[in-house]
Amino acid sequence: MNSDVIIIGGGLMGSSIALQLAMRGCQCIVIDKASPGRHSSGVSAGGLRLLNRDPAEIPLSVEASKMWRDITSLVDSDCDARFPGQIRVAENKADMEKLEQRAALVRSLGYEHEEIIGKQELYQLVPALAPHCIGALINRTDGYARPYHALTAFRRKAESLGVKYYPSTEVYNVEKEAEIWSLKTSQGIFSSPILVNCAGAWANKFATSLGEAVPLEQKALMLMVTERLPHFVDPVMGAASRKLSFKQMQNGSLIIGGALVAKLDFAKEKTDIDWAQLAKSADTVISFFPQLKQVRIVRAWAGIEGFMPDNIPVLGQSQTHQNAYHAFGFSAHGFQLSPVIGKIMSQLILDGQAELPIEPFNINRFN
Amino acid sequence: MKNHYQLLIIGGGPAGLAAATIAAKDGISCAVLDEQPTLGGQIYRAIESIPEQRAKKLGSEYRRGKNIAEAFRLSDAEYYPNTKVWSLNNQREVGILQNDKASILSADQVIVASGAMERPVPFPGWTLPGVMQAGAGQILYKSAGIVPDNGVVLAGSGPLLLLLAWQYLHAGVEVKALLDVTPLSNHIGALPKFPRALLAHHYLTKGIGYQIALKRAGIPMLFGVSDLRADGDGVCQSVGFKHSGKQKTIESELLLTHFGVIPHIWLTQSAGCKHQWDDSQQCWRPEHDEWGNTDISGILVAGDGAGINGARSAEHAGRLAGLEALFALGVINQSERDNRGVKERKWVRGERHIRPFLEKYYQIPKKLLATDIDETIICRCEEIAAGEIRQAVRDGHDNTNQVKFFTRCGMGPCQGRQCSNAVAHLVADESGKSVKEMGHFRGRPPVAPLTLEQLATLKQEVAE
Ligand SMILES: Cc1cc2nc3c(=O)[nH]c(=O)nc-3n(C[C@H](O)[C@H](O)[C@H](O)COP(=O)(O)OP(=O)(O)OC[C@H]3O[C@@H](n4cnc5c(N)ncnc54)[C@H](O)[C@@H]3O)c2cc1C
Repeated sequence: MNSDVIIIGGGLMGSSIALQLAMRGCQCIVIDKASPGRHSSGVSAGGLRLLNRDPAEIPLSVEASKMWRDITSLVDSDCDARFPGQIRVAENKADMEKLEQRAALVRSLGYEHEEIIGKQELYQLVPALAPHCIGALINRTDGYARPYHALTAFRRKAESLGVKYYPSTEVYNVEKEAEIWSLKTSQGIFSSPILVNCAGAWANKFATSLGEAVPLEQKALMLMVTERLPHFVDPVMGAASRKLSFKQMQNGSLIIGGALVAKLDFAKEKTDIDWAQLAKSADTVISFFPQLKQVRIVRAWAGIEGFMPDNIPVLGQSQTHQNAYHAFGFSAHGFQLSPVIGKIMSQLILDGQAELPIEPFNINRFN
Repeated sequence: MKNHYQLLIIGGGPAGLAAATIAAKDGISCAVLDEQPTLGGQIYRAIESIPEQRAKKLGSEYRRGKNIAEAFRLSDAEYYPNTKVWSLNNQREVGILQNDKASILSADQVIVASGAMERPVPFPGWTLPGVMQAGAGQILYKSAGIVPDNGVVLAGSGPLLLLLAWQYLHAGVEVKALLDVTPLSNHIGALPKFPRALLAHHYLTKGIGYQIALKRAGIPMLFGVSDLRADGDGVCQSVGFKHSGKQKTIESELLLTHFGVIPHIWLTQSAGCKHQWDDSQQCWRPEHDEWGNTDISGILVAGDGAGINGARSAEHAGRLAGLEALFALGVINQSERDNRGVKERKWVRGERHIRPFLEKYYQIPKKLLATDIDETIICRCEEIAAGEIRQAVRDGHDNTNQVKFFTRCGMGPCQGRQCSNAVAHLVADESGKSVKEMGHFRGRPPVAPLTLEQLATLKQEVAE
């Protein structure tokens, strides 16, 4: 199988890059060892969060936020996206100071999207919140979408422009001969002049074969979901100093996360829910929303994601091979970035440079 | 209650009780956990407390449970009723809920004897109040003596339907009709399996006995019924169906349906045990050997949860699993296990004789398993209709898990128990592939819903 570009990994990153390349007339193949969206991209919490981004990510995240607002024009589907804002609440003075410092930092970088709000506005926005909170940091444009719907929309649009997906096709190794990449897979050999590594938690395997291994760590992030409830909260909720991440989805169920990890057997791709952690999380939720005590948890799961030590991704050209590129290591917050990743990576591949700053994401940064 | 047991048995039906009875000797720490308030499982529900009068009406097969319960009481096993098991992992850690408190126990050996559940089959109107599964009707009768007072229509397939009709007849309930949806072609298809079934003729004579009694009592029994539906304004008011080419309706506020039973696989699934599709029983079941070993060491299965073979077989399989657990614990050696297991293995095989015949005879027609009526609700929790599932398949989501992701079917409080099989059949039908290829919903814990407050109690346990 030949094409202009081969992308390893049919998650959101691979699909978004393929879509943008195809929009510019490039022939792409996307290879995935499972079904597209089987890992992080299909099972994430769907949070579209610009709030509290690493400064290096802010320019990308701001652009992504704009793209999500108009996502239909890109992928012909609204991905069921909603934008009720996201909040980090302060429970005490120390929390409030932390949030104020953060807001000042963001302003000093020239951005206005993170705002401090006082107690009164907080309780107007979230009347259901327990009465002890004193204020919050807010980004009014944040929200959420449905991950598997988004993945499907990106994939379908890409396919309509000629991108070919090969699911259930595992790449065993990559080799370069006379400037052409040759990929040995479970379904035969694929080759192309350009290679893009979007293999998520598995990406280090390919970085390693390109001679530029990175300290990528695999973790299984847990989420739990409750039964459906009457609508009671709009914004996505977080807290300044406690592990809380919580939203009421379109259908009324709550998704509760908070960067808690399950036990993971990476080789077997088996995850085992750590109930003691989730119990703490349940306790945190109840302390912010005591009225939820009797709400039933119907499901918990864990998704495998790749984390970099500094929690920002690897993005850009390979430092060992000119015609290879990386986009992985999104460290639990890649969903929001996905549209812009396609845009800048396609620019990098086709024009040799991206319109947004990507130096901080250099693959060499840990050498 | 201890934090750790050598042997934990989940389920207090014939399989679990028999396993505990044989294993809980010689100082083995062994406990039986069951979510019900009384022991006996589905078949022998309320067996220790039932008034003799009602027990008699339920028949001799039911009263057999008395001996099992008595033997169990004489063993050293601890017994915890009202104990809901909400998780099991491959490390043999068992999440339980008692009095709203969550905790996690561990064990060297776990026998999952969680039995069977009625096969949910969606048809138009199945979600209306007044339409219930026959098992629910039977439970009400066994545990509380409650029977319908305005008559009932029974519909579906399988021996339990016949048994329930017979039990109702004896309890003085008006059975307006018994509608058998198995196609007449099944009866012919089952003929080649009949000679083997004769080896277990006591089952056949019992079944025939029920039929004769029902016929004598003048209960209309219609065979080869199709296009079953329940209609009504917010509640069930009538039952519609087709019989001998004619459309018919019976007025009834109550329709009890039964389409056979399938293994309760949610625990073995959440532990990550391998499961296989059983074409003859039209269900998924955990892979296991004759002793009940699954592919995960220290997790065994026994009884209907391992594959549907009925109560007597469950008893024997329970003993085999109990012996295997003793062997694994080093309490008995292999030859002792083998010697004590000889008869049980023979009986388990004996109990299989009737099955191929029954499975063919009562096989649910494909048209019922994968409804072609798009409006039929499939996932009642998330209110997803058959048409949406078929559309998702046409849009390229070509296995059950992708369809689940896309449509949300199977994501509600019942955790897919009510719809997982129907979705698998629909996806298979729409994509022209087999159910086996379509796979099963990935098991997501907790196996039984628990509230945020209940889960939060676990934290204190761990912290203490
Ligand atoms: C539980 C959870 C919750 C999250 N919540 C949020 C959130 O609220 N907001 C947010 O912004 N982000 C969130 N994220 C993060 C986000 O989902 C990820 O950052 C993003 O989806 C990463 O996309 P990806 O395409 O890089 O990775 P993936 O979706 O993991 O895709 C990588 C693909 O590569 C394939 N692959 C790997 N190796 C091979 C091989 N050898 N051959 C072929 N194919 C291969 C895999 O099968 C996989 O499909 C969450 C993640 C998880 C796990």
